[in-house]
This record gives sequence, C-alpha cells and structure tokens, in this order.
Amino acid sequence: MGLTAPPEHRTVSYAPESQEGWVTTRMDFLVNWARANSLWPMPFGTACCAIEFMATAASDFDLARFGMERMSFSPRQADVLICAGRVPFKLAPIIRRIWQQMPQPKWAISMGACASTGGMFDNYAVVQGIDTIIPVDVYVPGCPPRPEGLIYGIRMLQEKVKNERSSDVGTRDEMEPDPTSQLYIPPSVIDELGEPFGNSVNQTRSGL
Amino acid sequence: MTRFEVVRTGASASGAEPATQRNVSHRGGEANPSAKALQEKFASAVERVDVIWGETVVYVDSTAVHEAIRWLHNDPSQQYDFLSDITAVEYRDAEVPIEVVWHLRSLPYRRFLRIKSQLQKGKPLEIDSVWDIYKSADWLERECFDMFGIRFVGHPDLRRILMWESYKEGYPLRKDFPLRGRFSRSEQLRQALAQNPEARYSMEELTIADAFAELPQDMRDRLSKGERTGE
Repeated sequence: MGLTAPPEHRTVSYAPESQEGWVTTRMDFLVNWARANSLWPMPFGTACCAIEFMATAASDFDLARFGMERMSFSPRQADVLICAGRVPFKLAPIIRRIWQQMPQPKWAISMGACASTGGMFDNYAVVQGIDTIIPVDVYVPGCPPRPEGLIYGIRMLQEKVKNERSSDVGTRDEMEPDPTSQLYIPPSVIDELGEPFGNSVNQTRSGL
Repeated sequence: MTRFEVVRTGASASGAEPATQRNVSHRGGEANPSAKALQEKFASAVERVDVIWGETVVYVDSTAVHEAIRWLHNDPSQQYDFLSDITAVEYRDAEVPIEVVWHLRSLPYRRFLRIKSQLQKGKPLEIDSVWDIYKSADWLERECFDMFGIRFVGHPDLRRILMWESYKEGYPLRKDFPLRGRFSRSEQLRQALAQNPEARYSMEELTIADAFAELPQDMRDRLSKGERTGE
C-alpha cells in the first residue's frame, strides 16, 4: 500500500568514509565555537570611546565579520558587556544592575583608559576602574582605543571563550565576597594598599 | 506666505545686522546701557560696574538682586527675556566672598548683562531664587546648590541634580573640597552601590505619570501617598 517508509531511512551505515557531512568533535569545542562566533555585545557607551565603538560597528571596520553584528541594547539578550567610557559613581549601581541582568555565560570588555582605571579622572566623581564593580575579562588600552584595538580585544575574548572547558566547574558561579574567607581583604586594607592612587584626603584642588 | 511674524524692538528695530566686536580691550570701554539704568533705579544696591572684555558686570547687593532681575525682566526698556546661566565662583582667597553669577540676555535689545552678587563666607549661603521670574532657573539653581551649597530661597524643589541625593561628602566645587572626595575609594563605591538606581525619580518624573489613570488601583493609591517607584 506504500505506507511503509523506504528501507534506506531505517538503516545506518557504519562506514565513516561513506558518510559525507559528518564531523566528530568535542562538545566543548562545538559549544565554544558557537559562542565565540556569535557574541552579542551590550554597548555601555558613556563617553568618547563609544564613538570609536560605533566606528568599529560601522562598515569600515565591520564588527559583523566576527559575529557581532547584532548590538543587544537589552542586557537580557546580551553576551558581552562592552563598557566604553568613564563610569561616574552615579552610574555604578546601574552598570552593576545591567551586569546582573545579563544571563550566563557572559563576559565583559573594559574599553579605554577611563573604564579600566579611571584614566585622567582621578577625582571625586569617577569610578577608578569598572573592575571594582563587575568582573572584567579583557582590558583594551587607549584613549580612546582605535577600532583595530577594540577588534583585537574582541579577538582575545574569543580566544578566551574558545579555551573554556565545561569541566571547569565554578567559573560561571557568581559569588559575593565572603568575609570569613582567608582570602578576603577588607576595604580599609584595600584603601591602604591603593595609595597613592586610591585616595588622598589631604589633597585639595588648590594645593592649600 | 509668511508663517512667522518677526517682531523687532529695541536695537534690532532698525534691522541692522548684529556685528562682531573687534579690538575689544580687556578693561574699560562702553558699558551696557542697562548698567546705568540699574544704577539710577537701584542706586544704593548697585555696588560696582565693571566692563571686562566688552561685557558689563554689575555687582548688586544680595538682598536686592531678586528685585533688580525682576525689573530687568519686566521693564519695557530692558526686556531681559532670556536667562543664560546661573553659577557661582569661589576664590582661593579665604576672605574673598563667594559670588553668585547670573547671565542675562535681552533678545529685543541685543544686550548681554552679567549680574554678580557677593555672599560672605561664614554666613549662611542664601539668596533669593529667580525661579518665579525665569522658569529655566530651576535646574540651574539646583546645579548651583549641588556644587556650591548655595540655598536659593523660594526654589520649589531644591535638591541635588548631578550627584545622587544621598551624597554625603559635601559640595564638590568648593575650594575646601578635596579633589578625590572626603571618603576613601572603597567607601565611596560602597555608598554608590547602595543606591537603588530606580528609586530617585519621583512619580512625576517618570513616563508612567502620563499613564497614571491606567495603572492598577493599589499602585495608584501607593503612588498618590507619595511612595517612590522602585523602592
């Protein structure tokens, strides 16, 4: 009656050389290959670095070549937070909230001197490096970095993504600092270690 | 078809094009005619008139400055209808008073006038708000309060505008303020991160104010009792 399937659909040949289009690989490699080449960046542009970031995404430098043509302006659909520009203290809770809203796996790129260290803005209003708020994977130096520099940083991040192993448990756990841990350094000690870059209450603008 | 009628009064009535001044001397020169009018109108309150780089600076007593600006705004022979800026200056010298500066512009007469008023240090830094004359003074005075701690009496909503509202370190543009702030970096970061980023907007500032009638009843009740969204 023609209701039975053709017999070739029920059989599996075991001769690998006759199976075109089959690839065997490690699961890690496949997942990392897919992740690294389809990163969706969340642009957090606050200053002039964001202009260079726009140039990177535009046609001259064409970030889409690296699978990043889709800027995700919603953190819930983003993989990479690219912080381009200085972050004032008033923005600190906002960038942390955005980071918490991004689903795992997620990475962060600190673009430019200001986002990485505070840059020339060593003053009362600017966060001295966003790594005091969120974990950063790649720092791109420059003031601002050229688009080639940002692309180089993104390529480094792709290398990092490709070298992750699913056997490394804990790399994606989000932890709050534990004061009972022996590795815990209280903020007062960090302030002392941070001199003279961390804080100087004796310095005034006028030098008086 | 003329869609806008151009009204020309004052100096612009003749239809002459505004010309860029050239070879302006540092001090001295022709003063803005409004300065002389102010001196005649508020004889005792006008302390000094300077002309610096062709721009007139009038020093007015802090108690009379509100009345003077109101007169400049309302008088038909002045018509200072545009408030460019309100700011303040603190000098490094401890004896020199803090100056509050108003930048006024008269579009009909093509005049620019800078009013300054001195506030002695050691006394409460208070001056009358010009919000009732220029509505654009709202944010300018808030910024001036945020950065210098000058209280503008009569301002409807005098709170910080650039720094967050629970900022405890003082007024950043004052000369006694350390460049890096008064607290340590980790304490500054701890206080900043303790902020709820959604909690500092009142209901009126949020776009949901337009859709207030469509909100659920319990939310409307809570908001009308003054609860802040996001808390």
